[in-house]
Amino acid sequence: MEILVCVKRVPDTAENEFQLNSAGNDLDRDDLVYSVNEWDNYAVEEAIQIVDRVGGNVTVVTVGDSESEEVLRREMAMGANTGVLLSDDAFENSDGKGVATILAGEIKKGKYDLILTGAQADAAAGQVGGMLAAMLDLPYASLVNKIEIDGSKLKIGREIEGGNQEMNEIELPCVLSIQTGINEPRYVGIRGIRKVAQVEIPVKDAAALGVDPASVGEAGSKVKRVDYFVPVLGDGAEMLEGSTDEIIAQLIERIKSKGGLA
Amino acid sequence: MTPLIGPANFMFFGFFPAAILSVVIPVVGVALFTYIMARRIAPLVRSAPDNRFDNIPERIKNLVIIWLAQWRQPRYMVAGVLHIVIFAGFLILSIRSTSLVIIGISHDFVLPGFDGIIGGIYNFFKDYAATAVLIACIIAAFRRGIVKPARYAVPAKYGKDHTAEAVFVLGVISTLMISESLFEATELAAEMKHTGHAEFIAPLSLVWIFRGMVSEFSHSTLQALHIVMYYIHDLTFFFFLCFLPMGKHFHVITSIFNVFFMRVKKGNIKPVRYGVSAEELDNLESLGVKKLEDFTWKHILDFYSCADCGRCSDQCPANAVGRPLSPRFITIKARDLIFRNYPLKSDVIYKSKMLVEDIYTEDEIWSCTTCGACEQECPLGIEYIDKMVDLRRGMVDEGMVPQTLQKPLKALEKRGNPYGIMEKKRSDWCTDKAFAQECKVKILENGETADTLFFVDSITSFDDNIKTIARNTAKILTRAGVDFGILGKAEKDSGNEVVRFGEEMLFQNLKSHNTEVILESGVKQIVTADPHAFNALKNDYTGLPPVKHVSQIITEKIKAGALTLKEAQEPKEVYVYHDPCYLGRHNGIYEDPREALDAIRNLNRVELEKSRDRSFCCGGGGLMLFYEPEEETRMGVLRVKMAAEAGATVIVTACPFCLVNIQDAIKVAGKEGEMRAMDFTELIAQHLS
Repeated sequence: MEILVCVKRVPDTAENEFQLNSAGNDLDRDDLVYSVNEWDNYAVEEAIQIVDRVGGNVTVVTVGDSESEEVLRREMAMGANTGVLLSDDAFENSDGKGVATILAGEIKKGKYDLILTGAQADAAAGQVGGMLAAMLDLPYASLVNKIEIDGSKLKIGREIEGGNQEMNEIELPCVLSIQTGINEPRYVGIRGIRKVAQVEIPVKDAAALGVDPASVGEAGSKVKRVDYFVPVLGDGAEMLEGSTDEIIAQLIERIKSKGGLA
Repeated sequence: MTPLIGPANFMFFGFFPAAILSVVIPVVGVALFTYIMARRIAPLVRSAPDNRFDNIPERIKNLVIIWLAQWRQPRYMVAGVLHIVIFAGFLILSIRSTSLVIIGISHDFVLPGFDGIIGGIYNFFKDYAATAVLIACIIAAFRRGIVKPARYAVPAKYGKDHTAEAVFVLGVISTLMISESLFEATELAAEMKHTGHAEFIAPLSLVWIFRGMVSEFSHSTLQALHIVMYYIHDLTFFFFLCFLPMGKHFHVITSIFNVFFMRVKKGNIKPVRYGVSAEELDNLESLGVKKLEDFTWKHILDFYSCADCGRCSDQCPANAVGRPLSPRFITIKARDLIFRNYPLKSDVIYKSKMLVEDIYTEDEIWSCTTCGACEQECPLGIEYIDKMVDLRRGMVDEGMVPQTLQKPLKALEKRGNPYGIMEKKRSDWCTDKAFAQECKVKILENGETADTLFFVDSITSFDDNIKTIARNTAKILTRAGVDFGILGKAEKDSGNEVVRFGEEMLFQNLKSHNTEVILESGVKQIVTADPHAFNALKNDYTGLPPVKHVSQIITEKIKAGALTLKEAQEPKEVYVYHDPCYLGRHNGIYEDPREALDAIRNLNRVELEKSRDRSFCCGGGGLMLFYEPEEETRMGVLRVKMAAEAGATVIVTACPFCLVNIQDAIKVAGKEGEMRAMDFTELIAQHLS
């Protein structure tokens, strides 16, 4: 099975303390540590596990600047066979549709049975997977947490509100957005990354992808971020303080006083 | 009456020379033994290299103390004393057994030098030796079969009970003792009849008792018994020889080698592969132990040498809290696999699968805190930490790392600390305004210099609760007049647990970074309050200035009069000192912290039953804090209960991880209000006069 996984380089939530920049329209990105988007990492692991079972290849692709090559190498160290970097000045500040357009340009050039994305990335919009499926005219399922191969079909599980599980059949080729927890991604150490350090990673620009620069990037964005801030603590919201035990005791006390506990 | 005919001259049925049997049994026995040993040596030859021919004087010392003098045996008194008796008996009787084999061929054979007075003295002692061994075997069999001490039990998941083999071998040894004594007693009884006077033999020895028992037997009965006992002894002796390499009694043969080649340095971790430098690691196809033959030959020898005594697992904190790890079975499972993969019945060698999947589980290997209690206890010098680390290296190389550990490892790679906090915040503990006013700490950057480097390490720099250790250490060093500074944002995690969790490449990066900045700072010595950092810098790094734990500096300064302490501030409290594994067992520092505490007058200090080299791990440090093991209780909780039994109200430790674990455990054990934990530096800082 030929699988393509779309990945993104994002600021690592575990290793950063986020602060707004002085302009107030984005994070202060100096001093930030980046890594691969967590959902994408699960998607790559899933792709590798599928290929381990049924054979095939895993390609990882990202839209970004030259620094994004780092996340491609990390995913290749995990076991992805090839990496492709989609990079062009015209791609900068693309909105979700722009990113999907760029990715679709690359996907149309190859022949893939299965396309995976993470359920969402740092912008928490969760839109690229669906748009990509629409542009490629392929079936799509979101928030997938289980995949079984069944000939030319897949049986996929989806996480539903309230912890319920749904099982679906979907025909190949298709696009799936992957939820965390679908597997346990393997560890990639420095040694693994060094092993793939010399592997050539092709870089493709708008022309190579046949993407109209006007349809992507800042120019093509129909969605623009106008503000970015930490919400002020509203009335009625209160943080309980103290040790876990103390917090629990306070909480029980409050619930009791409102008649919630007999 | 004539004396008895010995086996060398005896004729079965009047015509068949018994001497033929006396030749055939040893020849067949030795041939079989040689074949078995050749098969047993095969995996040793095919395994990884190991550098065990260094430090010869130290190795000879181990041989004398641990092997010959059985120094570690009485740590378990009853079993230990029984073992010493059997071991000493074997040594003494080996001479007699060897000469007996030859007596079967040449009646008058006497070992060179044993024909005169020495022979007489030897006979006297060997008769008692055989007697003592028999008594020890009976008591041992009673213990194994009837008393059944808990540590010999085999949990169902690890296979069948081993009592049968143990008791069987005790029976074999007893047979040897009885047949040898009866062989001699019949001859002496016949001689007594012949000459009319009893030769002097060791009173109350087996031979003495047997001679009395058979003295009324007829000559022909004595003759028959004499020959029968000889061949029972001969057959049993060679059977036993060939049986030894089949199981736990292999240690009778391997122990002398295993103790000679045992670990002589403490606290360090073996290189990934002997003969391959850190720079060459990238060229290795695979890292760590994945298959059986990836172990070094010494580690294979360890597997052969285990006597199944259960002391390692009895001391193992992971085993005590119900984690899926029992060091004893790390060895036994590997030995069973060797026996399966190198069968005696054919000359095939089966290919080993990935060990962590085949005979071990991932959780089993991650469960070890590397506290070293097992290695400290093993009377045979079997080691575990290096094996755990090698297996983890293999797992890391295969990407088999629990999610809970992946995050801190990645943070270590990117930020140099497992929390992922920004580098520039590493010195926040001392730049905090209130503290900076009280105590000024130099940061060794931009040309600032100091005599001593205070290596703070990650937890003490970043954990809000543990920062107090850094502050107290700084206060004490200042008061003691030590000219010190810290590296600030240039410092990265020492990596003590990074290397022990098998992430060798990441450790190499941390090590070379830290080494470079430390050497650049120009300091003459390093001090740390974290035993894990202390251990890594001292034993895993090379080329650094001398490294000391703060307790050593404090004791030094107290003795020199540079530091004086007040009388106990809370004389009603009962203090107990908990030995951190990486200060005590791995680095032998037991007395410095105690001496410093005792320098506080009227401080009421008690000792834990499990202390010093038998200290019980609090739960592990570094990355172990992030690991979520399967366990029934926490190690710290058991430790807190031990302290409560000792009557302590304050547990004093000298390690940030011990403090975290024990503080948590006090809450979990429901002893808040009754007990508290504090770092040793806090107590000293409170008592600075």
